[in-house]
Amino acid sequence: MSPVDAAPPATALDPEREARLALTWATPPGLWGWLTTVDPKEIGKRYVATGLVFFVLGGLLALLMRTQLARPESGLISPDRYNQIFSMHGTTMMFLFAVPIMEAMAVYLVPLVVGARTMAFPRLNAFSYWVYLAGGVMIYVAFLLNIAPEAGWTGYTPLSGPEYSPGKRTDIWAQMVTFTEVAALAAAASTATTILKLRAPGMTLARMPLFAWAMLVTAFMIMLAMPAVMLATSFLISDRLVGTHFFNAPEGGDNLLYQHLFWFFGHPEVYIIFLPGLGMVSEITQTFSRRTTFGYPLLVLALLAIGFLAFGLWVHHMFTTGLPHMGNSFYTAASMTIALPSGIQIFCWIATMWDGKPRFQTPLLFVVGFIITFVLGGLSGVMLASVPLDTQVHDTYFVVAHFHYVLIGGAVFPLLGGIFYWFPKVFGRMPNETAGKWSFWLIFLGFHVAFFPMHLLGLWGMPRRVYTYPSEMGWADMNLLSTAGSLVLATGVGVYLLNLAISWRRGRPAGPNPWQAGGLEWATSSPPPPHNFGYTPFVEGRQPLWTSGPHLPLMDGLSLDHREVLLTTVSDAAPDVREGSPGPTLWPLLTGLATTALFVGSIFNEWLIVWLSIPVTLCVVGWFWPKPSHTSKVGAPERTPPGALA
Amino acid sequence: MSERLVGDLSRLPSAGFSTHGLWFWAGMAFILIETTGFALAGASYIYLMNGADAWPLDAPPPALGWGTAMTALLLISLAPTMVLSHVARMRDLKATRFWALVVGVLNGLALVIRGFEFTSLNVRWDQDAYGSITWALMLLHTLHLVTDFIDTGLLTVFLFTHQVDTERFSDVDDDAFYWMFVVAAWAPIYLLVYWAPRWLS
Repeated sequence: MSPVDAAPPATALDPEREARLALTWATPPGLWGWLTTVDPKEIGKRYVATGLVFFVLGGLLALLMRTQLARPESGLISPDRYNQIFSMHGTTMMFLFAVPIMEAMAVYLVPLVVGARTMAFPRLNAFSYWVYLAGGVMIYVAFLLNIAPEAGWTGYTPLSGPEYSPGKRTDIWAQMVTFTEVAALAAAASTATTILKLRAPGMTLARMPLFAWAMLVTAFMIMLAMPAVMLATSFLISDRLVGTHFFNAPEGGDNLLYQHLFWFFGHPEVYIIFLPGLGMVSEITQTFSRRTTFGYPLLVLALLAIGFLAFGLWVHHMFTTGLPHMGNSFYTAASMTIALPSGIQIFCWIATMWDGKPRFQTPLLFVVGFIITFVLGGLSGVMLASVPLDTQVHDTYFVVAHFHYVLIGGAVFPLLGGIFYWFPKVFGRMPNETAGKWSFWLIFLGFHVAFFPMHLLGLWGMPRRVYTYPSEMGWADMNLLSTAGSLVLATGVGVYLLNLAISWRRGRPAGPNPWQAGGLEWATSSPPPPHNFGYTPFVEGRQPLWTSGPHLPLMDGLSLDHREVLLTTVSDAAPDVREGSPGPTLWPLLTGLATTALFVGSIFNEWLIVWLSIPVTLCVVGWFWPKPSHTSKVGAPERTPPGALA
Repeated sequence: MSERLVGDLSRLPSAGFSTHGLWFWAGMAFILIETTGFALAGASYIYLMNGADAWPLDAPPPALGWGTAMTALLLISLAPTMVLSHVARMRDLKATRFWALVVGVLNGLALVIRGFEFTSLNVRWDQDAYGSITWALMLLHTLHLVTDFIDTGLLTVFLFTHQVDTERFSDVDDDAFYWMFVVAAWAPIYLLVYWAPRWLS
């Protein structure tokens, strides 16, 4: 008899049972609890909050640049400081905001949307956060000390090499990249395993929420793309510190190797940033259209196709380096091809709204803003895929306009919609709708006023990364308009964040499902208890709360007194194994600190890599030191463990 | 919302081997990450080689002896590793302890040989780009040898000092799988480091 067959009679939720579960899964109170928690909800919240802090910092840097460029021949910011500011802006937005905050959303939400008690590797999530925080703090301390990066967020050689960027600025940048990539890889491994192995029974791959699909593809893309940039920056820092010659042409090195490695990461990075946004868009669209997503299989296939194709486009960033004709043609075709799955998704969302009964509340407004902006960014992307046009506008403000349309339109709009959408679940209170709509319109209009003129500036020849321009170029009016737009945009972000801050304490109580959504995360209280779900949900459709009506089927039997998660099979999500899950521990923090010492130390002395790897190793050993096994806590299994040999 | 109970999970096993356990998937994730790293480092080697007039640029190729000895040792180590995986899955403690010791000793021997390999590369990392990428490939693989040596060593100690149940046997099985990956990763690196300078120069 399968576990599913042994159904006890239906029971109501038992308060005493809930209290036992909450005690088992609780984070200790106070500072100790804050430092040792492995609850993905706690880590996810601080991860998102930290990401938003870096978003604001990166935005303030952008405002500084826009202020400088508002009029020609401005002397507000020196060229050297401007180099640091645009390098820090790009680095912050790409490495410290966009990827981390998307993974942070996954850390909080994925266990809830798949019906699990926690993530697969909760300690790894905690370690990921500490390492990410350390990397961000390190580079901003360096910025305050006037040793911030100066060679752009791409750090191209030979500009970033030992000859043209002496000092420690680039070394700090390169190691900051290592920090954030280690953090991203750790979170990706945990996210992918959670989605593959901890889904609620019945949640087959064909019933998986589109947000989970998007995060699964993203996690795999991170694992396949991030090693490239770690390799690139490791080669760079070793050229700078120990005299290797990877990018030193006179000794057989090659600067284009750096570009290949960087963009093998950098182009998938764009999709790593906006694929989670596509998942959020799908969830919001169906909830506020009050119908299931049109073309679910097409949307899943489109996500997979984008994930695959994203690795075949990187060379279009290098058209002006001089490629063979065949290379140009291939990467032009590949770049245009990826517009197809993106277009299919757009049509599916529009069809969902068309056939549904859309409620244009703030989250859906951000989706509409996303569709408009992203389509425009996609169109300029198709233009840039053409080699002659790319050659003409390479390194101009046309490219700046394009990637802000794609990244802000494709990722930030869905993210802001997503945060608004899940805010009631996380804090149990509703954000203010009127303020939400104000923030949307300010952000949407401010964005287009800020960035659309950049297309024209680029076509007129204004290069990116210049700290000023002569007045006779005729670029002043458009730059002033762009700066005015950026101020409106910043005001909108301010209203948005203020709304969340006020609603956090004073918002109207939300209840478990304020939007009448269909996903599993809305089946539990707001905010969720430490154990997420009292019973294990059993999934009967893609939108369990809509499919199963008022009677969500549940399964019992996981331990109440020990942290235990249910492992299910990868494809069919059939119950397979009950496995233990770790409790609060200081080891992720200690390992993060040791890793930080190693990375920072390596900037100053290569031998510290050897010596400081010893405390890292000791911390990892402490982390994995054997504890009483789960089997010894809950009793030996009645069945032979799956995978064992007789 | 009201609920209805449709199943009982309490009689499921509390641990599983291979794809049935979480740690296997952690291992797979890191193998995926590291495979990408190895592949890109190998691609960098080929990229630099293709751009060079001569390869090696200005050094004799690495001496074959220690590298070939390493290859032989790693291939030989596969047999006891597969036996270790098998007996761990059978949950045979005595056999698992014995074969874990054998594999641990072979891992340690591999590190010793690796030390000699570095002395016979015939090029320094800071001589030219050929030296840099050769050392990069070797160091990347050495990092994995060291990691697995520590992992296997600790697991072997735990087999003698701690209670051993299904979870621990599963760890040993996963570690054996990881060693097979470390061996597999060596094959292309061996060809690149030791044979590419001879065949393709």
